[in-house]
Amino acid sequence: MHPAEYAALALITVAVTILCVGAGSVEITPIDAFMAIWNSVFGKTVSVSDESIRSIIVFVRLPRVLAVGIVGAALSLCGGAIQGLLRNPLADGSTLGVSSGASLGAVLALALGITLPDFPLGGTMVMSMIFAFLSLCLILFLSYRIDRSLSTNTMILMGVVFSMFANSSISLIIASVGEKARTITFWTMGSLAGSDYADVLVLALTLIVCGAALRSCTTELNAFAFGEDNARNVGVNVRRTKMTVMIATSVLIGVCVSAGGTIGFVGLVVPHMTRAITGPNHKKSLPFSMFFGAIFLMLCDLVSRVIASPKQIPVGVVTSFIGAVLFIYIFGKSRRMK
Amino acid sequence: MNLLEVSGITVCYGNVDVICDVSFHVKKGSWLMVVGPNGAGKSTIIKAVSKGVPYTGEILFNGRNIDRIMQKEYARKVGVLSQSHTVGYGFTVEEAVRMGRYAHRKSTFSDAGKDDEEKVDYAIHTTGLECSKHKSVLELSGGELQRTFLAQVLAQDPELILLDEPVNHLDLVYQKLIMELMQDWTRKKDRTIVSVVHDLSLAKAYGTDALLMNEGRSVAFGEIDTILTENNLNLVYDMDVSAWNRSLLAQWQS
Repeated sequence: MHPAEYAALALITVAVTILCVGAGSVEITPIDAFMAIWNSVFGKTVSVSDESIRSIIVFVRLPRVLAVGIVGAALSLCGGAIQGLLRNPLADGSTLGVSSGASLGAVLALALGITLPDFPLGGTMVMSMIFAFLSLCLILFLSYRIDRSLSTNTMILMGVVFSMFANSSISLIIASVGEKARTITFWTMGSLAGSDYADVLVLALTLIVCGAALRSCTTELNAFAFGEDNARNVGVNVRRTKMTVMIATSVLIGVCVSAGGTIGFVGLVVPHMTRAITGPNHKKSLPFSMFFGAIFLMLCDLVSRVIASPKQIPVGVVTSFIGAVLFIYIFGKSRRMK
Repeated sequence: MNLLEVSGITVCYGNVDVICDVSFHVKKGSWLMVVGPNGAGKSTIIKAVSKGVPYTGEILFNGRNIDRIMQKEYARKVGVLSQSHTVGYGFTVEEAVRMGRYAHRKSTFSDAGKDDEEKVDYAIHTTGLECSKHKSVLELSGGELQRTFLAQVLAQDPELILLDEPVNHLDLVYQKLIMELMQDWTRKKDRTIVSVVHDLSLAKAYGTDALLMNEGRSVAFGEIDTILTENNLNLVYDMDVSAWNRSLLAQWQS
């Protein structure tokens, strides 16, 4: 543990946050953005012209940027943990089909009108989590039945097939629900644009709880790099580690998907880049992945807002463009290694 | 008292019995050699005792049923060297060996202590890995990888070591080194070994007891000299084993 490294990372993350809050159709300099946040936090009164800037920053941009940052951190953490668990550098919520499964759950909740009392978003969130977990179990079970060694190719193929199945199911639901179709279609396009502080709070709490659960498994995940048998032989409780990682990642992916739709490839790209810097030790690579993931997705979101301004493109489009290229690169590299 | 007591274990993969009703026991400080032809179920015995496959029957370690011992506690007492190794990410040799100390840590958050580091250094030193301890495990030769995992087991510092083909991939120098090291362990430190070997001469030279297997069943079990006899071996391998061994040795007589 090097506190200085983490302090530097936190500082960069905060700087990127302020940069992203400032940029947009109304240009605000980073200093003004920072001052607006500072004044709101400490409850200082400001002049009328500053007040309009302040409300754009505090009520529109800041919650969105925070939500994007947390989702980026969460998806990268999940990707890193799943890649460790399965010894597969291409595993990720989106490549394994877990995100699509979570979407299916959320769409079902929207179509059937499943809600929790006093918590309007709860229905889609819980259904997303449950479906994420069930998808992960199903994909692992089927891959294992076909190929006991759980090779990269089998799992990715299984993920592709499962994603197609889940997406077709979503299309079927949209085609058959009638007037709710608009709401659902809008939701599936996936955007964190309308995020408010309630979303940020839920995302942050989930990340803290699941992050702590995954933090307790880092040594065990390191042992998994040498195979499950070896992990068991040095004393790792293999079942417990697997269950902890699978549940924590499913919950995180479920919450992220229900908040912002599927944002592909973040969990693939970021842990890969992180390992190149930190090495494979999960004690270091997982926390670093979180910071890099937050920075990466905030910058992608910035690009998605600015590139076709005043129109906005979904952030998932930007990450998928970058992710697709990197996927091919990593796939080629991991094939050469064998 | 017997350190390990295996009574009537059967392991099935699907509908096929891989090993059927095998019983044996291992005294403290002895070295049991499990021998037999390919497919006799030797490795499966190692897997069953290391809790790697489901089985029926009973396995007692120090008088306790191993099903009731937690994995972490079991790993402090029993170390395993498997036949094949999986390598996922580019950890260094030293990091791989240090994983052998996992079961000795007090909590997941505590880092390796001084005692741990001494054991790791010792294990790396005795397996001759000092020069390559900062190498990535992805870059190792078969022999180096085998020694890395052996060092991991040594770092684990267990009472009972289960070895599946310990000198696989190793050249003669390391075969001799490792076998002598293991023998030292059983003699001086009163530790116990169960190992699978293919080389019958090695088995005879270093083992104290033997379990002869064929087609999933135990053919004979007892002190090594009473088991590895010409009659028993010819029967199991279906060939004249001693004549073959003698003809091999004859190459060296001038």
